[in-house]
Amino acid sequence: MEAVQTERRPIPRKGSLHRKEALAGWLFVAPMLTGISIFTLFPILIMFILNFANWDFVLGLQKFQWAGLDNFERLIDDARFHKTYLNNLIFMATVPICMAISLALAIIIDKHVFMKDFFKVTYFMPYISSVVAVAVVWQVLFHPSKGPVNHFLRWIGIDNPPRWIADPDWALISVMMISIWISIGFNMIVYLAGLQAIPKDLYESAEIDGAGGWTKFLRITLPLISPTTFFLLITGIIYSFKAFDLIAVLTKGGPAGSTSLMVWYMYESAFVNLKIGYASVIGTVLFVSVLIITLIQWAGQKRWVNY
Amino acid sequence: MTTQSLTLRQRKINWRKLIVTLVMLAGGVLFLMPFFWMISASLKFENDVFTYPIQWIPEEWNAANNYRKVWLGDHPFWLYYLNTIKVAGLTTLTSVTVSALAAYGFAKVRFPAGKWLFLIVLATYMVPQQAILVPQFILYRQLGLFDTHFGLILLNSFSVLGTFMLRQFFMTVHQDYIESAKMDGAGHFRIFAQIALPLIRPAVATYAILRFIWTWNDYQNPLIFLRTDRLYTLQLAMQKFATINGEYYSLIMAAAVSAIVPLLIVFVIGQKHVIEGISLGGVKG
Repeated sequence: MEAVQTERRPIPRKGSLHRKEALAGWLFVAPMLTGISIFTLFPILIMFILNFANWDFVLGLQKFQWAGLDNFERLIDDARFHKTYLNNLIFMATVPICMAISLALAIIIDKHVFMKDFFKVTYFMPYISSVVAVAVVWQVLFHPSKGPVNHFLRWIGIDNPPRWIADPDWALISVMMISIWISIGFNMIVYLAGLQAIPKDLYESAEIDGAGGWTKFLRITLPLISPTTFFLLITGIIYSFKAFDLIAVLTKGGPAGSTSLMVWYMYESAFVNLKIGYASVIGTVLFVSVLIITLIQWAGQKRWVNY
Repeated sequence: MTTQSLTLRQRKINWRKLIVTLVMLAGGVLFLMPFFWMISASLKFENDVFTYPIQWIPEEWNAANNYRKVWLGDHPFWLYYLNTIKVAGLTTLTSVTVSALAAYGFAKVRFPAGKWLFLIVLATYMVPQQAILVPQFILYRQLGLFDTHFGLILLNSFSVLGTFMLRQFFMTVHQDYIESAKMDGAGHFRIFAQIALPLIRPAVATYAILRFIWTWNDYQNPLIFLRTDRLYTLQLAMQKFATINGEYYSLIMAAAVSAIVPLLIVFVIGQKHVIEGISLGGVKG
């Protein structure tokens, strides 16, 4: 009875109530929308304009010139850019390697050790530490002649250890190893959460059927953890495209462009070579690359993931 | 009989577990070796940094001197600490406020435009900030936000991730609470501040800690949007310190310890929140 009354009473004022509700809604989201418009959407618009411009921003707006498709043509012919993009693709290999190590660690920590929380914190530490400080430390550890890493390698009988970040053939691999070391903690924590969501009785009934550890891993853990795997793969790939800090501190893209990644090359083009238009085009390529991966994520979520 | 065999089995499993734990412990020590080396080197005289076998605990200590040079020298870390605390603190404050307001608006206020606006906000999440760094830089120069802490703070204050995360939690607040508060004549702002926000306090804390850590560790944005030395944040200062002191590895390591350790303490105190936050949304800076 009462419910009916409260339903009926507001009817004449429904319009004004709705308007009030809408006003509140707009007010709540207004700061966020304003911020996004100024700091994200508007810059995207500027990016599209800059793509077709030739401009040294130090000289001011008067020196702004239209360049048509010059920047795009240059990009297609730029051997350094090809190398950079290839490096990005190679760098992507860190993602599955890191995921495999992290899954193994997560399984061990989940079921087979004492002091679970202690191990979580231990392996998470590099992820929480500042990339700059960590990069500086590794730079010293990897020092070709004096560093502890090569000292150890010589001690165990390797006479000519690699020169790590100083060697064009090894620099990218060194950076990738450090990047994996940093990301293991994050991947492991997400995998641990995924493992905890797998119902325990599945394992129990598999044990009754006589399944061994490896069979249980292949038949239960791997398929049931696949949403987590998919999530980590996509975010990892996107993250690999955004890599910058490690390169900027450790190698500055060198030696001989061997560790140049896209964000670094964009940074160098814009702020060292002062080619704003060209840098903007590199940013656009980055944008499109990430967009494509995100679209794959949307399309793939249903098809490839076993829920 | 059954109890006995069960305890026997239990004991056997525990032995195995103990061995695995010990192996993992050794692995953990190896994994954190760079940190141990860093701390050890920061305590030494420069000449002892590269002596082999490594003196993990130095025979002669020079810690006081090294850290004094880092904290009070030509590039005083205390100043960069204050800058970083200011930038990270204010960024966290504004970002949490803006995100919480928007999250409540999207989750609990029913207005026709809400759905579309949320989609627009979500779509901008696909834009990697790195891609728009150059136009943001141009914009900052034009708006006079370049080389100011205020500009740096604004840059990370409008987080789609935070909005999305907090919205998920506001959704779990039961509609009855809100309806009954409305019956009592409360407006949305009062409901937000006095009912909904306190209910999701753990989620807010998680996001706040994550945002603080991310901002604290941010290198790329201070590098591009700051120029004046005395405005530098810790990460920028760390890099500059390492460049200037080139071959003085004991000093560089003292700086690295100074840059890493305080945040590790924040993390260890708030680790439950951090790890929960990461596991929940699988969020990434």
